[in-house]
Amino acid sequence: MPNTVPITVNVNGRSHSANVEPRTLLVHFLRETLNLTGTKIGCDTSQCGACVVRMNGVTVKACTAFAVQVDGADITTIEGVAQDGNLSAVQEAFWNNHGLQCGYCTAGMIMSVTEIIERNPNPSAEEVRAGLEGNMCRCTGYNNIVKAALAAAAARQGG
Amino acid sequence: MYPANFEYLKASSIADAVRLLSENPGAKLLAGGHSLIPLMRFRLARPEVLIDIGGVDGLRGVTVSGDTINIGALTTHATIAASADVQRANGLLAEAASGIGDPAVRNRGTIGGNLAHADPASDWATVLTALGATISVQGPSGSRSVAAGDFIEDAFAPALAEDELITTVSVPVLAANQRAEYAKMSHPASFYAVVGGAVVVTMDGNRCTAASVAVGGLTPRPVKAASVEQALSGTTLTMDSIADATSRLGDDISAAGVDVIGDVFASADFRARIAPVEVKHALLHAIDLAHH
Repeated sequence: MPNTVPITVNVNGRSHSANVEPRTLLVHFLRETLNLTGTKIGCDTSQCGACVVRMNGVTVKACTAFAVQVDGADITTIEGVAQDGNLSAVQEAFWNNHGLQCGYCTAGMIMSVTEIIERNPNPSAEEVRAGLEGNMCRCTGYNNIVKAALAAAAARQGG
Repeated sequence: MYPANFEYLKASSIADAVRLLSENPGAKLLAGGHSLIPLMRFRLARPEVLIDIGGVDGLRGVTVSGDTINIGALTTHATIAASADVQRANGLLAEAASGIGDPAVRNRGTIGGNLAHADPASDWATVLTALGATISVQGPSGSRSVAAGDFIEDAFAPALAEDELITTVSVPVLAANQRAEYAKMSHPASFYAVVGGAVVVTMDGNRCTAASVAVGGLTPRPVKAASVEQALSGTTLTMDSIADATSRLGDDISAAGVDVIGDVFASADFRARIAPVEVKHALLHAIDLAHH
């Protein structure tokens, strides 16, 4: 039996306790232990952003944190973004603006765009692109993602 | 990818971290993990013991006291970039921090972890060398200070004993007549610096009275470009005088007496050619002849 460490993590408002091997990455804990498979593994080199989740309110790459490091933290994954079955403004804007094609990057994109417009409620297209430097998309060419981000910002402003 | 397994220990204080390091030879410290975890995923590093210092108090945050900015080792790049105190006291620190990796990386990666990784192209190593920063480290027999320019002894070999950890990075506040800039060529996917040049110039009107120039990504430790500094000092900074000064960087690389790094990202020849361009770019920013 390999050594394990007990952790308790609040994920999408629910507390989860588990014994994890220290080497368990956060993304593996979310996908394999909690079955929250909305968070994707893309490059596994900290570059692509498919695994971005929010930890204590800021985006992190879930492939670049050990589960033991998030003991006691609040994590939000894509499964926790819609409330009571209602899409968030960002999700709605991705839907309306066709901000995805294959969808593999979308969970990470939505987490990052949510942070971008929380920090900067009225971003320029350039600021959105800078904020998405760590999220790669191989389908859309990014234009519709940027459009979606700007639409989400406008919607949040009541525009 | 799954890293090799390891024993996980959690340090409760700086002293506890030093004790755990002493008791576990070969152990690695885990801060934000943004240098170490990628290496472990590829099994380029397989430490048997990791000591998590993420919960240690007193290693986070920025304070400005007199002429010095003190940055705790666990302070994230994002915190440094967003700090109004840092922006006021030394804009180059904020600018360099905001250019590291991407937003999610900056939210977790720490200045101490970045330095301890001792990557030859580390943005922090290059910038802190030009700024004349000091790195404080703590070991079993107390603390000591290392000049930033001496901190990387060889590629991925920091000037740290096995039982020492970085506690604070101390950086001078820029004077009103000093301008400091950094320019780099980054890898387009990871945004890791390939080659970067950092400059601090002290100005009397348009005349440069003193210059500090450092280049990272060329050699195992940042090169302090004495010939370029000398050519800039006492000179009115123009396009031409800057181009003349930066053309001397080759002399400083030769003087360093080590081969220029070449790898899959950039050959040695390319790095040697791009380095003066980055230094020139930084200097042109410093005198407002270029824009970000």
